[in-house]
Amino acid sequence: MTTDRHDIAFTLNGKPYERTVDGRLLLSDFIRHDLEFTGTHVGCEHGVCGSCTVLVDGNPTRSCLMLAVQADGRTIETIEGLTPDSAPLAPLQAAFRKHHGLQCGYCTPGFLMTATALLRSGEHLSQREIREAMSGNLCRCTGYSGIVAAVDEVMNGVGKTDAV
Amino acid sequence: MPSSWVGTPVLRREDDRLLRGHGRFVDDMHAAGMLHAAVFRSPVAHARITSLDVSAALALPGVHAIFTAADLGDVNRPFPLPVPHPKLRAKTPVPLASDTVRYVGEPIALIVADDRYIAEDAFDHIAIDFEPLVATPSLEGALAGGDCVIHPDLGDNVAARFGQSYGDVEAAFAAADVIVRESFTSDRGSGQPIETRAIFAVPDVNTGVITVWDTTQSPHVARRLMAATLDLPEDQIHVIAPDVGGGFGPKVVFYPEEVIVPFAARALQRPIKYVEDRLEHFRATVHEREQVHECELAAKSDGTLLGMRVRIVHDTGAYVPWGVIVPFITLTTIPGPYHLPNYDAEVTVVYTNRVPVTPHRGAGRPQAVFSMERMLDRLANELHLDQAEIRRRNYIGADEFPYDVGLIFRDGSPMSYDSGDYPQAQQTALERIGYDAFPAYQAELRAQGRFVGIGMAGYVEGTGLGPHESARLRVDSAGKIRIMSGAASQGQGHETTLAQVAADALGMPMEDISVRTGDTAGVPYGIGAFASRLGALASSAVKIGATQLRERILQAAGAFLEVSPDDLEIVDGSVRVAGSPSQSIRLGDLAVQSSGAFPGSTLPNDLVEIGLETTAYFRPTQSTYASGFHVVTVEVDPVGGIVTILKYVIAHDCGNAINPLIVEGQVQGGLAAGIGGALYERTVYDDMGQLISGSFVDYLLPTSAEVPAAEIHHIHAPTPLNPLGAKGAGEGGTIPAPAAIVAAVENALWPDGSFHLHAFPLTPELVWQAARDAQAPA
Repeated sequence: MTTDRHDIAFTLNGKPYERTVDGRLLLSDFIRHDLEFTGTHVGCEHGVCGSCTVLVDGNPTRSCLMLAVQADGRTIETIEGLTPDSAPLAPLQAAFRKHHGLQCGYCTPGFLMTATALLRSGEHLSQREIREAMSGNLCRCTGYSGIVAAVDEVMNGVGKTDAV
Repeated sequence: MPSSWVGTPVLRREDDRLLRGHGRFVDDMHAAGMLHAAVFRSPVAHARITSLDVSAALALPGVHAIFTAADLGDVNRPFPLPVPHPKLRAKTPVPLASDTVRYVGEPIALIVADDRYIAEDAFDHIAIDFEPLVATPSLEGALAGGDCVIHPDLGDNVAARFGQSYGDVEAAFAAADVIVRESFTSDRGSGQPIETRAIFAVPDVNTGVITVWDTTQSPHVARRLMAATLDLPEDQIHVIAPDVGGGFGPKVVFYPEEVIVPFAARALQRPIKYVEDRLEHFRATVHEREQVHECELAAKSDGTLLGMRVRIVHDTGAYVPWGVIVPFITLTTIPGPYHLPNYDAEVTVVYTNRVPVTPHRGAGRPQAVFSMERMLDRLANELHLDQAEIRRRNYIGADEFPYDVGLIFRDGSPMSYDSGDYPQAQQTALERIGYDAFPAYQAELRAQGRFVGIGMAGYVEGTGLGPHESARLRVDSAGKIRIMSGAASQGQGHETTLAQVAADALGMPMEDISVRTGDTAGVPYGIGAFASRLGALASSAVKIGATQLRERILQAAGAFLEVSPDDLEIVDGSVRVAGSPSQSIRLGDLAVQSSGAFPGSTLPNDLVEIGLETTAYFRPTQSTYASGFHVVTVEVDPVGGIVTILKYVIAHDCGNAINPLIVEGQVQGGLAAGIGGALYERTVYDDMGQLISGSFVDYLLPTSAEVPAAEIHHIHAPTPLNPLGAKGAGEGGTIPAPAAIVAAVENALWPDGSFHLHAFPLTPELVWQAARDAQAPA
């Protein structure tokens, strides 16, 4: 079933791209299968799990709820753009590792992108508020403690879990 | 370098690639000429297919092929049953429905196209007619039979009836001072890994070998079943489970797509990728948990348990893809950590027109623990005893191991608890939550119109089920140790923990050791990741193998250096004579020379084995029994039905922890699944067998806002049953959570025990409803 084709130009992880895409192509599929940045994962394709979160013009966005054509003129950041391949892990990534904030790692890129935007906002949140702010991303492995501790540490410079 | 890697919270090796987005999951794989598949599934729960015409769909541009049951020929026969039971009348799934469909989501056709979008377009062009049959999507309806027999040749919807008992239950009840009766129900829940199932089949036109990248938890079992169904020799099938995005049980099972995708790839001689979407995952990947338990508990007036009768009805869905181990495990888990001198349990397994059922994290144990622990709560109320005290009076003591329960476990061995300290676990958890001070706190808040409650539950969990697990270890030509484990990983961190175990046994640094899992080419036989068997079995296989490999290294070095192996040590990648470092050979050179470096040469006479490689198996004689105790405080808003967890304390025993960081992650992660199962995750079907809860909007997974960080305490009772003293840690966070949380909600609303909650999940609607029914103060 052929659909309409559209020319789009956008920036991905700091690099300009020009492509022609089907009107119905999801941004998530475009990033993963056409551009081959497979670090962005797809968990539900109905905008709930948050695994496919990327930053569009700096805002955390579910790439499964956006069409590739809507990327036209935008700046997109994916997990692959967080740290150059040869560089050590960025502080947020290192904190996830330190606090065992990932197990299977499938949801992790989405969490990292959501947290990246949160950290860039410059806000200093309590652990309770971090929990609310991160609650749009689902993780089935970790039970979230390590994720919350990691974000807290990078945001507030503390490394404790919130066990009471 | 720590004196022992085992027991050290080593940061994970897996993390770097996963944190950079460089993990390789099945859907990340590509191959030249790759096609994409979509599965056309039954839209109805029970019907006869009267006609099926795919010609219009096949004519769509971009559609390469459509496979129906007729196209599969002999391949379209019922799967072998992986776990037989003598009382089971098993109806296993077929790859594609040919005549009758028995649940919404059952595969009917595989469409292969240039991309997934086109493959799904083809759905609209498939002409299919159904003759509707009465659907039975409920346990009660299926048991009643009536107009609906799901597998007509069986005569009714009962898949199995079996039971176990010990002692004299009749006499126990006759002698009882008090008898408590209650019925408990649990609704369907499911694993819901964030990565759905995916299969990528790549045929090699030159060799005929087909490589199947598969999200399976059991690559070797998958290969065996692929070989059996596709009529291929096993060595023509190469199964690889790469990075896998969570498993939790459902990915153990063998699915129709694991046959039809490789079949199609071989037929078309093209790589074909199939990735399940989330709606399909809800409609086609196995569920668990729905059971009804009728329980009777007999006790003396001092709370001493005398006997228990349990009647379990278990919903297996439309087929039995795996076995009847879920209710079997329920039956055997109910006695738990208690002296229960007489016990009689019966199970009835029932077919329904719903997704088939196999184990999900906990595997029948959450239901078992819910029944036993809630019965003890009832008994405590009845006898005006404290809920902790009634448990204390019945615990099996730390000095009573091995303790024979009197039942046969699902591995066929007598249930004999090997180790533990149940009273200590309870005491630790209760102290940490401030149990003694809680009633005063509760009364104080109640006076302010706030409802807080406390609940507790303990469990004993058979972990580390056989038959074996494997490891192959090899010294490569660079002198590094390469380990392949037969147990695949879905996030548990094998690359790290197995290297820790090997480093200790070899006396080498972890940096020199690498671990791969999930590849049938890597190790001849393997079983897989389920039943919390990695720490106990896969690690033990590595320990045995690494110990053998060290002996082999020293023996070979001794032969080449012409010294006694006893005089040798392994230091900095070389084997050298202790005290005489100039007499040494590099490990890599030793590996090359001992495997025959120079064609036509003669190896030293003293060299016993060729090469530096070993394959080791660990075969447990029986399961090893982990245990633990959960206590939780909650606040309940009876108007909104909202339950907030205030504090959650876990004391658990998994014996020796190989990596405490990973163990705590397993416990905390298990708890999240337990909280979901207790309060949120409910699978709903309507009367026609349509799945209502087919998205994460309808089926709620707990988020970071609902799951508190548990306070976790380790009770240390190593098992004597394996070389590491390790017991499983993957499911204990989940198992008692529904019992403890539901008890806490009940205690919050009715601290006098005047109203009973006997079902889970206790969704907000049910909390609200119960509060209203009981006219709790709101």
